[in-house]
Amino acid sequence: MADAIIDLKHLVKKFGKQTVLKDVNLAVMPKQIVGLIGPSGAGKSTVIKTALGMEVADGGSATVFGQVMPNRKLLSRIGYMAQTDALYDSLSGRENLKFFAQMKGIKKSEIKTSIEHVAKVVDLQDDLDKRVSGYSGGMMRRLSLSIALLGNPELLVLDEPTVGIDPALRRQIWRELGSIRDEGRSILITTHVMDEAELTDKVALLLGGKVIAFNEPVVLKTQYRVDSIEDVFLKAEGELQ
Amino acid sequence: MRTFAIMKRVLTEMIRDKRSLALMFLAPILVLWLMSVIFTANSTTNVEVGTVGVTSSVSTNLDQVKHVTVHHYANEANAKKAMKADKIDAIIHKTDNDYSLTYANTDSSKTSAVKMAFKSALTQTNINQMKSQLGVAQKTIGKLQATLPVQAQRQLQSQMPTQKKATTPQITNHYVYGDSSTGFFDKMLPVLMGFFVFFFVFLISGMALLKERTSGTLSRLLATPVRRSEIVFGYMASYGILAIFQTILIVMATIWLLGVEVVGSVISIIVINLILALVALAFGILLSTFANSEFQMMQFIPILIIPQVFFSGIIPMDSMASWIQDISYIIPIKYSGDAVTGIMMQGKSLFSFGLDISVLLIFLVVLTFLNVRGLKRYRKV
Ligand SMILES: Nc1ncnc2c1ncn2[C@@H]1O[C@H](COP(=O)(O)OP(=O)(O)O)[C@@H](O)[C@H]1O
Ligand SMILES: [Mg+2]
Repeated sequence: MADAIIDLKHLVKKFGKQTVLKDVNLAVMPKQIVGLIGPSGAGKSTVIKTALGMEVADGGSATVFGQVMPNRKLLSRIGYMAQTDALYDSLSGRENLKFFAQMKGIKKSEIKTSIEHVAKVVDLQDDLDKRVSGYSGGMMRRLSLSIALLGNPELLVLDEPTVGIDPALRRQIWRELGSIRDEGRSILITTHVMDEAELTDKVALLLGGKVIAFNEPVVLKTQYRVDSIEDVFLKAEGELQ
Repeated sequence: MRTFAIMKRVLTEMIRDKRSLALMFLAPILVLWLMSVIFTANSTTNVEVGTVGVTSSVSTNLDQVKHVTVHHYANEANAKKAMKADKIDAIIHKTDNDYSLTYANTDSSKTSAVKMAFKSALTQTNINQMKSQLGVAQKTIGKLQATLPVQAQRQLQSQMPTQKKATTPQITNHYVYGDSSTGFFDKMLPVLMGFFVFFFVFLISGMALLKERTSGTLSRLLATPVRRSEIVFGYMASYGILAIFQTILIVMATIWLLGVEVVGSVISIIVINLILALVALAFGILLSTFANSEFQMMQFIPILIIPQVFFSGIIPMDSMASWIQDISYIIPIKYSGDAVTGIMMQGKSLFSFGLDISVLLIFLVVLTFLNVRGLKRYRKV
């Protein structure tokens, strides 16, 4: 078995007195899309932030590419899309992309082609020169996603990327994620849209600060004897209570 | 490279934010102009003085003092009536050899103007009296001399010329800086200039970083391999450039618009204000980490910014309690104010303010270090 791209072991994270993550175990393998699902407030974003080194774990370990996080240099190999759009409003889409490309350390000669490519994936080519303040919510989300895709990173970490994006484009994005996976790159994606979870290679159910189930969608469905991930989720939640 | 890209981005954002730009560039000029109008007007306060029983020589001298008009009243009751009717600002009443002065005191500057004018009028009168007395004495001496033998007369004359000159004292005023119209405003200007630079850079940079934090762009930025120091330096570079333009504009406005004289080098003034702006920037960034909203950022102004003015040297500190004077040592505007005052008014060189500049640089280094460390809150490496 190849080494895990992301490997979280017995992760514990507290905010003050509140223990958000009690014992999270999760591994993302090369060429894999892993979906992290859970109700809002379950700690999905916290898992991601800890994995990226934005938060420090109170227990357990987080390694990415075999190295302990936090690690600044590794960040150039990761494309991260936060749950909030986090864009510079007064800049145009292109200026946002260019700025983050520079921050990621993408070579000057490659920046232009990289921007063209990611804009096409999210269908923003025609709006790149508009200021972000004039974008709709969905457009901002797409721009935010395209920033994460810049520079073809080996690992994509996407926090609820498809919120506010219409179904047709959502399909297109999932197709793109699929082809990224087929290129041999890995993706960790959080979502609370259950039918999206069906499209992943492995699903992790985060509930009560723990990953209570982590397997392929098909396996989970047979295990819980239901026919959708949504039902798996509801059943798991019911069992926990 | 990344520092440069961050600088470029911050500048682009700023140039597109017309309101903040106007705040930074037009507001200081507007305020400076208003203050100059107000303080210049104040320096030519006209006072009306009522006199009762004052000798004509004193009252004539008083009348000759600029901006003072004298009205004679037959008795105190009339004078008081006039004061009540707001016709006069003070009453000078002479009984026997003593003067009693009554001030309306609704405007302290008028009161002190009357005090000054009265003092100088009295002195003038005394000098005149002395002059005439001296004249009498000299005549007597002259008569005495005539009765002396010729040899003794010569001796005396060679000893006396100095005395003759002393009999006609002349008062000429010398102004080290400016002229008789130099007022409070000119002395405040160096400090005020520093205050504007400090205040606007503090506010706008603090807000910018706050926005970067609350909108999530800071986290996103820190999710790239950028160094924390590159972010801080990028901000410093962009606000440094802005501060250079702001200072140039303020200095030019002071010279051309307000007609204030700058004896020393304008470039030195810009250098000092640039360092001050960087201190303000570092301070703004640091404080923005303690604020969760723009309103909370505004709350720092009355607590941390306005009090700085009082300790910065606008108000003379010499007579204050020593602990207050000690506070002024931690006020950045004080150091820039001292240096700019010296450069602007005395034409001193930048290098004679090594200490002030060093202190400012220490502020800068410490605050910058704290900022780079402070970003660890958002990314642990
Ligand atoms: N920086 C923080 N400080 C304090 N509490 C936090 C912080 N970030 C998240 N939390 C808390 O942790 C819990 C999980 O949040 P989050 O990871 O954002 O959930 P999800 O992404 O699954 O909706 C929430 O109860 C939230 O209030
Ligand atoms: Mg979340």
